[in-house]
Amino acid sequence: MVATNSIPPRSRMTRRELLAMIGTAAGSSVMYQAATSLGYAAESEFKGPPNLSGAPKGTSVLILGAGWAGLVAAYELGKAGYKVQVLEYREKAGGRAWTLRGGDTYTELGGFTQKVGFDKGHYLNPGPWRVPYHHRGVMHYYHELGVKLEPFFQVNYNAYVHSKTAFGGKPQRYRHVLADFNGHVAELLSKLGHKGGLDGYVSKEDQEKLLEALQDWGALDDDYAYKANVETSNRRGFEKDPGGGLSGEPVFSKPIEFSQLLRSGLWRAIGTGSGYEFQTALFQPEGGMDAGPLALAEKVKDKITFNAKVTEINQDSGGVTVTYVDGKAGGAVKTAKADWCLCTIPASILSQIKKNVSADMDAAINALPYEAAFKVGLQFKRRFWEQDEEIYGGITYTDLPISLIAYPNTHYGSKGKGVLLGAYPWGPFAYEFAAMAPEERVKKCVEFGAQIHPQYRQEFDTGVAVAWHRVPWTLGCFGAWTEAKRAEHYKNMCQIDGRILLAGEHVSYLPAWQEGAVQSSLDAITRLHQRVTAK
Amino acid sequence: MRPVKPLSLAALFLAALSATSPVGAQRTDAQSSDFADARRFPYQNGEQLYHAICQGCHMPDGKGATGAGSYPALATNPNLEAGTYPVHLVVNGQKAMPSFAYLSDEQVAAVVNYVRTHFGNGYKDTVTSEDVKGMRH
Repeated sequence: MVATNSIPPRSRMTRRELLAMIGTAAGSSVMYQAATSLGYAAESEFKGPPNLSGAPKGTSVLILGAGWAGLVAAYELGKAGYKVQVLEYREKAGGRAWTLRGGDTYTELGGFTQKVGFDKGHYLNPGPWRVPYHHRGVMHYYHELGVKLEPFFQVNYNAYVHSKTAFGGKPQRYRHVLADFNGHVAELLSKLGHKGGLDGYVSKEDQEKLLEALQDWGALDDDYAYKANVETSNRRGFEKDPGGGLSGEPVFSKPIEFSQLLRSGLWRAIGTGSGYEFQTALFQPEGGMDAGPLALAEKVKDKITFNAKVTEINQDSGGVTVTYVDGKAGGAVKTAKADWCLCTIPASILSQIKKNVSADMDAAINALPYEAAFKVGLQFKRRFWEQDEEIYGGITYTDLPISLIAYPNTHYGSKGKGVLLGAYPWGPFAYEFAAMAPEERVKKCVEFGAQIHPQYRQEFDTGVAVAWHRVPWTLGCFGAWTEAKRAEHYKNMCQIDGRILLAGEHVSYLPAWQEGAVQSSLDAITRLHQRVTAK
Repeated sequence: MRPVKPLSLAALFLAALSATSPVGAQRTDAQSSDFADARRFPYQNGEQLYHAICQGCHMPDGKGATGAGSYPALATNPNLEAGTYPVHLVVNGQKAMPSFAYLSDEQVAAVVNYVRTHFGNGYKDTVTSEDVKGMRH
């Protein structure tokens, strides 16, 4: 293998890779793309809750982990009549569907402790933060459990795209970049068409239609030019908006010059929202992403043992025995037994736990590295993005190490404080943030963000930073499958291994998504039920 | 420079797992990164590379950490005696640890040499970029 100092370009981009690249405007997500490259299902295959009828009385299942995967299993298996017990390492349920609120204390690996200083009602979702409408498993449980949803805006035409090397570092409105790129490309193609440049590629008859389409799509004038007028201002916005009476005459805005736009690289951001996973409608649970799993946990609360650190999983022909350290009982070593075990512990942790599984499953568990990701929540004294810049929800993209700034999709216009997602990089930048102390990360994010919103300097109040490699219960953000690893190990990861089977986002074709955890759990318990009832 | 001692990877692998990883108290971390490039780590200096990448998991003092799972301590770690072992881990990854194969041979050698001469490790031999090249597959 040739030693290189950069990540090799990939020959084939997936939807999410493409979107991740587009989304970060300058490719800070390259490692993320490489890591999540393959195996995305076209859509969630959810066809309703599983039919687990006819469960033999008294058959027991021990579930390890109280995130989405474990809780879905506990809920459905419990309803079907199985005897269920859940062991959870943390003091609460939800796993990576996690929300940090004011008053929470978070201690990461290394002992770095942060006390969250957000005002009431404000939060950071350090993990998942958006749910596409077609993530049908998650949506099903939201609806069944009465979890209230709010719209999540992936695209805000009035948010920014920003590059520190373009337009003197001045952020540009998304709608300007989008309208002008489309307009200029339409104009260019029209010129080519009129000069016969499309002959041989498109029939004469089709060229007429194409020119008509380009004129319409790009907001070109009668001469197929893209320039300042009412049509283009209706796309990119006006210099002075139309109003009423004598003062109401609008002033048209002037498009960005094509060459400048091309050289800016900001066109990387115009595809945001066009990928399947980011198309309208997307949702967020009201009040924080933990609402889904917490609603499930409420249904099975008497079955969950918290503060239980699993240290060994042992199976034999009679069942499965799991040894754990009970943090609530002063570190007492205890055991739990069941006929079957559904293990949702991330492979990053499970690879370190003593267990007797087949060599194939063991190899699969050991083959999966965990990706870096970083988020910071920043509270400001006022919602300047709304008050000064008319940005209501949605996302600004930048090539700064923070990658993006996402605005709260709720409580618009409220007079008090507001919390932004102030950074969400993957790859090298995420590693670098992880390597810093939390307060230093927050400070850096405020400095970077101030290049886009100078108000940061005056209005910053408090922040909390989560680097996923330092999260004590995951040691990383999500399982980073590659094409080769999936081909070699994925099926072995999914098999029922004696009396043990696995679930979680790492056992799915939807890595890092909550839906992956839900789907893998439903798939696992359906197969387990088939195995049990076949006997 | 004399070549590093080769050692059975399997033996080292098992030894690494048993390395102690004490839970640290709140530590100070004055090092701030440079955020030089979104796509790669441009740093050539071993100390800089450690501060930008490794200490996120292995901690600023190299002592590792333990939660539901552990990051092995690199400090006073006898498993680092054979320089090819840490080279193998950096280049190929292991379990949850991602591969950093996109670092250059020189970068891998620099960071491995840094770790093997700091945090209470006093290995006199150095790994070379040629050693790194040999570990790539």
